[in-house]
Amino acid sequence: MSKNDGKGGSVSRRTLIKMGIVTGITVPMPALSQPPSRMRPQLGDLMVFDEGLNIGEVIRPEMLELNQQPVSALAKDPETDTLRDGSRLNRVMITRIDTSKMTERYRDNTADGVIAYSAICTHTGCDVINWDDDELRMACPCHESQFDIYDGGRVVGGPAPRPLAMLPLEIVDGFVRVAASFRGRVGFTQQF
Amino acid sequence: MLSLMKKIVLGSGLLLWTSASFAQSLPPYNPVTQERLLNPEESNWLMYRGTYDAHGYSTLDQINIENVDELEMVWSFSTGLREGHQAPPIVNDGYMYVSTPQNHIIALNARTGDLIWRYVRFLPDDLQQLHPTNRGVALYEDRVYLATVDAYLVSLDALTGDVIWEQAVEDYYNGYYMTMAPLIADGKVMVGVSGGELGIRGFVAAYDAVSGEQAWKTYTIPAPGEPGSESWPGDSWQTGGVPVWVTGSYDPELNLSYWGTGNGGPWMGDTRPGDNLYATSVLALDVSTGELEGYHQYHWNDSWDWDEVSAPLLIDFQRNGQTVNGMIHPGRNGYLWFLERDANSIGFVDANPYVYQDVFTSLDPVTGRPEYDMSKKPGTGYEATFCPSLWGGKDWPPAAFSPKTRLLYIPANDNVCSIMIGEEIEYRPGRQFVGRGPSENGGFMIRPGTNHIGELQAWNVDTGERVWTTTFPDQNWGPVLATAGDLVFMGGTNDRYFRAFNANTGDVLWEQRVNSGVNGVPVSYTLDGKQYIAVQAGWGVDAEREQNLLNLVRGESHTVPQGGTIWVFALSD
Repeated sequence: MSKNDGKGGSVSRRTLIKMGIVTGITVPMPALSQPPSRMRPQLGDLMVFDEGLNIGEVIRPEMLELNQQPVSALAKDPETDTLRDGSRLNRVMITRIDTSKMTERYRDNTADGVIAYSAICTHTGCDVINWDDDELRMACPCHESQFDIYDGGRVVGGPAPRPLAMLPLEIVDGFVRVAASFRGRVGFTQQF
Repeated sequence: MLSLMKKIVLGSGLLLWTSASFAQSLPPYNPVTQERLLNPEESNWLMYRGTYDAHGYSTLDQINIENVDELEMVWSFSTGLREGHQAPPIVNDGYMYVSTPQNHIIALNARTGDLIWRYVRFLPDDLQQLHPTNRGVALYEDRVYLATVDAYLVSLDALTGDVIWEQAVEDYYNGYYMTMAPLIADGKVMVGVSGGELGIRGFVAAYDAVSGEQAWKTYTIPAPGEPGSESWPGDSWQTGGVPVWVTGSYDPELNLSYWGTGNGGPWMGDTRPGDNLYATSVLALDVSTGELEGYHQYHWNDSWDWDEVSAPLLIDFQRNGQTVNGMIHPGRNGYLWFLERDANSIGFVDANPYVYQDVFTSLDPVTGRPEYDMSKKPGTGYEATFCPSLWGGKDWPPAAFSPKTRLLYIPANDNVCSIMIGEEIEYRPGRQFVGRGPSENGGFMIRPGTNHIGELQAWNVDTGERVWTTTFPDQNWGPVLATAGDLVFMGGTNDRYFRAFNANTGDVLWEQRVNSGVNGVPVSYTLDGKQYIAVQAGWGVDAEREQNLLNLVRGESHTVPQGGTIWVFALSD
C-alpha cells in the first residue's frame, strides 16, 4: 500500500534561497527499498492469473484463447513464490492474439501470441477492464478510453494521453514469464 | 514589473507560490467567522452555494435584465489543467479561492486576477480518479479547507497557502476519495466520501476546524443491529457504497445538516435485496453529534445508478394555504421532491416527474415511496431500458432558487435513457465494484421523436407548477446562479457558451462563448460597490462521457476542448 502522508518536514524560504532553489516541482524521495510484493514485474517472473476460475495458477499459452477478453494477471517471483500484488500498478491484462496481424515493431514483446498490457489507464489511473469484442480493443470503464492491443496499446478513443504500457513476455518451459520491464510508463501523469 | 517570489515547501509533496508584492495590494484578510457564515454579506461568496440554505442566490441587482447585454469580461486566468472544473470561485473581501482538478487551489486577487499563491497536491501514482474534479474549498476564520481526491482533508493559511494540518479521512487504496466542497458550521468541517463504484461504505465525518481532530463519523449504511440494518443482506453493508459527494445544506436553528446520498453498490439492486437504507436518501445529521435525526429515502433498492447526492434546497413553500417549513430536491430519479423538515424528522409532501420517467408507476401519497415497473429495473443477467438515463434528470450541477421570483431553476436533461444489464462481480479492495455488463451503444439511447436533451426549467415552488423551460439540443451540465437582477446564469452546454437568462421568462439575454464548456458553479460578488460574475470553464468528467456516448449513437465526432479558465465579468464602466 502506498500513501503520501504529506507530513514531511519543511524548509524555510531563506534556506531554499541559499540553496539556489528557485523553481519547482519536487518529487518525494522514493523509498530506498521496497518489499518484493510491491516491486514491478521482474525479468524471469512467472505470470499468474489474478481472477477467474484459474486464479493463482501459472499461465501457459494454451490456457488463453485467441482474442479472448483480457484477464487480470500478476507476476510472481519463482524463487520465493512472492506474488507482486503489493501495488495496483503491477496489475496487467493478458490475452492471446494473432501476431501476424500485429504491428511488427511490437511483436517481440509477445510470446506465442500471449500479450500483456498494464491494467492502469494512462488518463486518470482507472483499471482498464472492459473489452470491445468487435474491435478487439481494451476499454476503460471510467472515461471510455480505448486501446488497440494489436498496435502497442495505442489510444484509439477517449481522453487517455498515452498508450498502455506493454509488459514483454517469453515462454520458458511452457510457462509465460516476464522478459523485460514495462515498455512505457505505467499509470497516469499528474498535471502541474 | 512585479517580481514573483516563490515559496516552496519540500518533503510534504506540496508546492506553494506566493507574491508578497501582490499580497500587499490587498486589504488585510477578513476572517470568516461563524457569524459571517450565518449571514454572508452580499458582496461576498463565502461557501459552495453562497448561503447555508443552498439557494445559489445573490441579492445583488446591479447587473439586471435591463443592462446584462453590456456584460464584458474583466479578467481571466488559465488554470493550466484539464478535466472537469466544477468549483465555484469562493470570494472573501477581495480574495478569491478556486479549486481545480488534481487538487490545486488558486488564490487570486479578485479585483485583478493576480496570483497570490497556489497549492499543488502531489497525488499518489497508484491513485485512480474515477471523477477527476473538485467542487470547491470552504473558508473559516483565516483558513481554507480542501477535501482531496486521495481522501485527505487539508487546512491551509488563507493568506499564505501554508498547510496548517492535514487529516487522513480514509484510505484511497480501498476506493475512497473526495471531490466535494466541505461544509463548515459550528466550528466543524464536514465532508463526505466518494467511491460508490469501488466498494466503499459511505459516511459523513466532521473535524474540528482548528485542530483537525475528528469530532464524529456517521455511516450512511447501518452496521448489523443498528436501525435500518435489516435492509442489507449478509455482509453487503460493508461494501454497499452509498457515497456522499456533494456539499450538504444547513439549518442553523435546528443545527441540522442535510446530505444527499448515492446509490448502493454494486449497481444491480438484486445483489443486495432490501430497501438499502440510507441509500438514495436525504439525511438530517446533528452538527454537534453526527446523530441521524431524520431521513427520507427517495427510492429504494436502486438499480439505475441514480445517486441522490445533491443536498436539498431549504425553502419554505406554500401548500394548501399553509407555509411548509420545507426542502426541495430535483432528484436524479427524475422527480421533483417537496419535503417537510423539523427537529427530528423529514416528511413527504408531494413529488412529480420533471423529465420523462418510465420507472415509477405510483408514489404512496403519505410516504412518497415509489412502486416500480419491474420490467424497467435491470438486474444480474436481465437487461432493461429505463428513462431518465443513469445521469438522471439532474446530476450533481446544483439548482438555484430566487426568493424574489419564487422560482426554482433546474438544470435538467430530458429524453435520454440507459440500457443496462448486470453481471456478477466479486469484491476486491480498491477495484471497481459495479457489476454492469456491456450493452449496445454503451447502454445509451435518445428517445425517438424528441428534439432536445438539455433544459433549464423554472418551477414555482408555491404552486408546484412549471413556469417555463428553455431547451438546448444536447446535454446540459451547467450549475445555476440566480440573482436579484431577475437573472439566471448558467453554462453547461457543449457549445461553450456561458449565458444569462431572464429569470421570469427563460429568454437568453446575454451569452459569451469561452474557451471550454462551462461546468463550474457561477457566483457573484462586489468590490467597491461594483458587481462581478465569476465562473470556471473546463469541460470534463461526466459531461464529456455523455458527449462520447452522444457521438457514438449519432455517428458524430463533436469535441469540446478541455482546459480550465476562470472568467470574471462585469458591466463596462
